[in-house]
Amino acid sequence: MINFEKFTLENGLTVIVHKDESTPIVAFNLLYDVGARDEDESQTGFAHLFEHLMFGGSVNIPNFDEPLQKVGGTNNAFTSNDITNYYITLPKENLETAFWLDSDRMLSLAFTNKSLEVQRSVVIEEFKQNYLNQPYGDVWLLLRPLAYKNHPYKWATIGKEVSHIENATMDDVKAFFHQHYTPNNAILTVAGDIETEEIKKLSEKWFKNIPSGKTFERSLHKEPQQTEERRLEVKRDVPANAIYKAYHMCSKTHIDYHTTDLLSDVLSLGKSSRLYTSLVKEQKLFSEINAFISGSHDEGLFTITGKLLDGVSFGIAEEAILQEIQLIKKEIIGEDELTKVKNKIESTAQFSETSVLNKAMNLSFAELLGDANDVNLEVSNYQRVNAKGINRIANKILNETNCSTLIYAKSK
Amino acid sequence: MIMLDRKKAPKFKQVDNIHFLDVVKTTLDNGIEFNYINGGSQDIVKIDFIFDAGNLYQKKPLIASSTNQLIKEGTENYTALEISEGIDLYGAFFEVENSYDTATLTLYTLTKHLTNVLPFVKEVILRPSFSETEFEIYKNNAIERFKINLEKVSFIARKNFMSAIFEENHPYGSNVEIKDYENLQITDIKNFYKENYNLNNCRILASGKVDKTVISILNNAFGEKKISPKQPNKESTTSKLKEGSFHYTNKENALQSAIRIGRIFPNKLHKDYYGLQILNTVLGGYFGSRLMSNIREDKGYTYGIGSGIMSLKNAGYFFISTEVGSHVTKNALTEIYKEIEILRTEEIPTEELDLVKNYLLGQLLKSCDGPFSMGAMFENTHEYGLDYSFYNNYIKTIKEITPKTLLVLGVKYFNKSDLTEIVAGKI
Repeated sequence: MINFEKFTLENGLTVIVHKDESTPIVAFNLLYDVGARDEDESQTGFAHLFEHLMFGGSVNIPNFDEPLQKVGGTNNAFTSNDITNYYITLPKENLETAFWLDSDRMLSLAFTNKSLEVQRSVVIEEFKQNYLNQPYGDVWLLLRPLAYKNHPYKWATIGKEVSHIENATMDDVKAFFHQHYTPNNAILTVAGDIETEEIKKLSEKWFKNIPSGKTFERSLHKEPQQTEERRLEVKRDVPANAIYKAYHMCSKTHIDYHTTDLLSDVLSLGKSSRLYTSLVKEQKLFSEINAFISGSHDEGLFTITGKLLDGVSFGIAEEAILQEIQLIKKEIIGEDELTKVKNKIESTAQFSETSVLNKAMNLSFAELLGDANDVNLEVSNYQRVNAKGINRIANKILNETNCSTLIYAKSK
Repeated sequence: MIMLDRKKAPKFKQVDNIHFLDVVKTTLDNGIEFNYINGGSQDIVKIDFIFDAGNLYQKKPLIASSTNQLIKEGTENYTALEISEGIDLYGAFFEVENSYDTATLTLYTLTKHLTNVLPFVKEVILRPSFSETEFEIYKNNAIERFKINLEKVSFIARKNFMSAIFEENHPYGSNVEIKDYENLQITDIKNFYKENYNLNNCRILASGKVDKTVISILNNAFGEKKISPKQPNKESTTSKLKEGSFHYTNKENALQSAIRIGRIFPNKLHKDYYGLQILNTVLGGYFGSRLMSNIREDKGYTYGIGSGIMSLKNAGYFFISTEVGSHVTKNALTEIYKEIEILRTEEIPTEELDLVKNYLLGQLLKSCDGPFSMGAMFENTHEYGLDYSFYNNYIKTIKEITPKTLLVLGVKYFNKSDLTEIVAGKI
């Protein structure tokens, strides 16, 4: 159970406080409700590039990291298709430094040309390091536009192409800031050995005078129902053939979300899972196999992927995956199999609660999707899933007309 | 109302008191070394079974890691599937890890399920079967993973670095090739297990909710079997510093080059270790480090660059690691050496050193947060026969060390001719 208190400042900033007396560290998590899905299609990668610029100095403080490191703190951030999340951990005595730093960059950035120029290069190197100069690195750059035709999930957080990052201008940066980096578009969670009163005082001192911004109305293109099987085959200089099958699934707030998640666990969580046992160990067709869900806020993807062993044809490999899908669609899974994946959820939740930072992040995520208290209902939401439900979801989504298949073949 | 001065930083304190959770050092009934840290509010426990069975003890490449990977894949009484099912059913996690010095089997579980899962762990440790079938599957899949890794410039650089800084055939630096996988013999693995996975060569570390029940469950499972007396420490191979060298692996079409620069270094047992840790932090050990500030934040050559000191039982090494755009590989190298040279020629400005000191103390505080982190802190010193006083001395050194002392260390340890340089990609 994660207890918390919540209040909202006049400018619309939501603040959540979780008290954990056991730790000398405070986690300060500031989430902005903006992600790659909010970008223009001709300017992809912008939310993420912007995240980098948030470290390039703010209106009153030339350098973000230095003063934080000076008080023994550390920080990082990440951008997804849905959100941008900034987090700090520091000794609790020095908590005010986090308020000072993060409120100043919410007030206004320094907007220096040097920072924009350098971070453009840094992000391009990140693009190369993680997507272009890695075996299989471009998979999601190929698979997303195959699976999504309208919804902005069709591009990756890093962006569609390097040129979009190269072309970003200071005017774009400023417009993006004013549109999205407002107190009413953010959720702050502070967790540690702290009192709500103290956090109230600090929040008012540092955030209260930041004016609220115009409410951002999100209206994204809906993804139409897929009706035909989609396939793409590419050749790349990689040592092993790989296959990716992405099926459309529900959104994160949909009632079927937990069932769909457990379906992926039954298929591939751990070495006793179905796909691993059958395809890696018994039939020896794949060197590795996985099934996972994207976990995105809007309608997401349920992906099955594997690397083929040398000498195994794509036809045989894919057929074997389809056989496993047939099986789970036909027969209701056993109680033990269901208990197993539910128990994993329970223990994972327990272990994750040992970190104040995890707790702070999870509270922020849940609040954004509706209610911070949902973090406390997660485990029971999974407990409620039944075997019939798993079967129903398998039959609903694991159909080839709902699937985008990427055949990633080695060129040599 | 007082106007808020946003230019002025709030008051802060340097961390002055770090609380170390107590570790209880004891043995199971049969004498197996058993240490535990009881703490945390969740009913969960992490149990490490640590063997002196890392790469250091292997006679041929890959034997230590293969034994470690295969130990879970079937026993005299259970198949590999039965073992993973037995553990998965209770939501527990059972992981194996092989390092240069040790091999560790770790169980994460809710305490209420410990009795259900521990029998499988016991089977795995005492009666692994190393069957031919499992061996073949492991070997084939490992070769596939290895081939994919060989496509990554960072992997090539790391591999070449280790073999370049250690003497030939040193177990820390064995330069693995595909043929080493192909030549793996199951008898070598079985022998390695017999020699190195004995209970008298094992220490158990439990952290989390370690109450009387947990201790007695562990004792029942592992404290009854007679063990032979602990064997004296196996032969040690020390590592001499080699003259610096340069190794380049060309990879056509590489968009980035991976760079590794480093050398053999003192380990935790050496008096210079603390000072070198501080010096390393200044150079490349945190986000605001000189390498990051120059090569990422000023030049934009890379997504990230860092440096570190790895302490091993019989050696240590220092390394700088980065991936940079191929077209700026040469420029990046020039800048890296420039920063290294400054460590030898200029005293660190007081303001910068104070920042690093505060940063390190804050990070140390964070590393002691909770029983699991503390367990790692304990083991990281215990392995060397050290105790928590290692950290107290570290704190003292951080607080007291001067730019002068660090400059002396810079001159002594950061001589360019001692550094080995690896580039994989395109120059």
